[in-house]
Amino acid sequence: MKQKKTITLAKSAGMLSIAALVLTVYVWFFLHAESQISIAILLVAAILAVILSRRFGVTLLVEQSAARRPHLSRWLAVGCGLALIAAFYNSHFVLLMLCGVLLYSTACLGLTVQFGYSGVANFAGAAFFGIGSYATAVLATHTAIPHVLVVLISGVSAAAIGSLLILPVLRTRGHYAALVTIAFGILFKTFIEVNDVLGGPQGLQVPGLNLFGFSLNDGFSLFGLEISFYVPYALLSLAMFAGVYALVNALERSWVGLSMDVVRTDETAASTFGLHIVRWKVIAFTMGNFFAGIAGGLYGMIIAFVAPNNFTFGDSLLMLSIVILGGLGNIAGLIPAAMIVLILPEKLQFIQEYRFLLYAALVIVILLFRPQGLLPRKTRIFFARKGS
Amino acid sequence: MMAGQSLISVDKLTMRFGGLTALDELSMTVHEGEILGLLGPNGSGKTTFFNVLTGLYKASSGSISLDGENILGKTPQEIYRSGVARTFQRSRLSLSLTVFDNIVIGDYQHMQHGLIFNLLRRKAFRAEYDAYVEKVKALLEIFSPPLVGRLFEPVESFTMIDRRRIEVCRALLSQPRLLLLDEPSAGMTHDETDELMQDILQVRRKLDKLSVVLIEHEMNVIERITDRCVVLNYGKKIAEGSYVEITADPYVQTAYLGEAA
Repeated sequence: MKQKKTITLAKSAGMLSIAALVLTVYVWFFLHAESQISIAILLVAAILAVILSRRFGVTLLVEQSAARRPHLSRWLAVGCGLALIAAFYNSHFVLLMLCGVLLYSTACLGLTVQFGYSGVANFAGAAFFGIGSYATAVLATHTAIPHVLVVLISGVSAAAIGSLLILPVLRTRGHYAALVTIAFGILFKTFIEVNDVLGGPQGLQVPGLNLFGFSLNDGFSLFGLEISFYVPYALLSLAMFAGVYALVNALERSWVGLSMDVVRTDETAASTFGLHIVRWKVIAFTMGNFFAGIAGGLYGMIIAFVAPNNFTFGDSLLMLSIVILGGLGNIAGLIPAAMIVLILPEKLQFIQEYRFLLYAALVIVILLFRPQGLLPRKTRIFFARKGS
Repeated sequence: MMAGQSLISVDKLTMRFGGLTALDELSMTVHEGEILGLLGPNGSGKTTFFNVLTGLYKASSGSISLDGENILGKTPQEIYRSGVARTFQRSRLSLSLTVFDNIVIGDYQHMQHGLIFNLLRRKAFRAEYDAYVEKVKALLEIFSPPLVGRLFEPVESFTMIDRRRIEVCRALLSQPRLLLLDEPSAGMTHDETDELMQDILQVRRKLDKLSVVLIEHEMNVIERITDRCVVLNYGKKIAEGSYVEITADPYVQTAYLGEAA
């Protein structure tokens, strides 16, 4: 039987605000937690909360509210991000982790367009991220191009170098196309390792971001508070993620997203109805690599130093596991998945070298019980229905 | 024999897969506005003919022209643009997508595909989208009104007959000149087949210039809705004519009905 539950606009707004508040407070606690006891308690609490809210339909209610108020939920999410950045205004390490989560998620938005929508598996995400970082390092050191443009050019470089792969990726299918990207990822790392111009295994320094005359690495104080120089970087990372998210979100709810879905699910039917398979795969691959490239460019400036070991095959796998853990094709799942994949291992320091074991086991357990990821992709609704 | 101009003329069409000749110097015509039944035992080359006609297979020799223009060697995309749409024997819908998604893609040729339009000019996109919702609803209103209320449900939640209807609607949305139906009754009961055929006749009444080629094993369906039939065996045409003529044909009786007259 179908239950017809209609939520009023006001009620869904309230629901979403409470959910946003709870999540923000939880993440705040989680980022603050140092002792093993508190982290264990927080983990157990999260698991219990997920089970209970599912049991009592709270999850469903929140999901329906979010579907009712797409704009509000997006602004609330941005608000959560801002609140967290503000709360950790003087904590370098936490802000750096937040930047990592946001920029890895930005690259994963690109991988979602490639893999989740068009079905082009890219096992070289970290390589395209790395191309962005290296391009930024070189351009920001040796040219006077404004840094905002440098980051954009880094994205274009990643997309352009990626286009070398288009032919072999399109000529092969499924696992074989994936192998081509794996080979490319390894080739990229080896190339920068042996290339002295790019610093070899030692890597390159990346100058800090200079935004319209303000050097972001200087740090500053506001109302007598010492503000970490990572705060502006975190804000920029949030802006980049939000911008790319808005684009990918529009893409999914457009003929472009529909065409990519049809190409992924049935190439024969797609060609019979006039869809150019190659066109859509090339667009998805290029666009995804561009997003990975700009994210890598900004990330390079934040960590101030890029080396081949930051962009290994393992890092590419990490990106894909974020995409799959979040729910393949659902971009709203990327941030929670990126937090689990990137922050959890840091927080599990107390069990030292066993932390990767526990973390890997957790990922396997999640996928065992939810093979479609934490937040499975929803059926596409182009526009939220008005009224009622 | 038939009024109306020829829409498709096939001349000595041959398709070989290695040593197997799936179509053997097949010549036939499809007239404008007719429903042509394509018959033959399993493996006689019917579906192969559809696949060659829609550009999925490249024929070994011969020619196919649509309105006097040769279409052999063109890509499936080009042939779709010249007005040929089809359904498949094994349903080829995207199951995780909604009814609307699956049907609307049928009019791909008239959608705007530009990235700027789709991603950035959302108001303009919304207007085009709204127009398409109305268009799909209008088609479903003729074809199968109950589906209108379930427009935004994923196709995987529908029965076989509804999926067939959705597939036919997808093929009709772009208002093709030629509709190819590959065994629409496969896997359905007699009653369901009847319903589907009623729907198809209903649509045909509204679009009188539409030509249909129908691959079908159910003889009563053939009898009821086709104007003319072509019978294939081992890739060759063995008979052509009205239902009465072909069922009386001794070759057809041996080859297709499987018993000597």
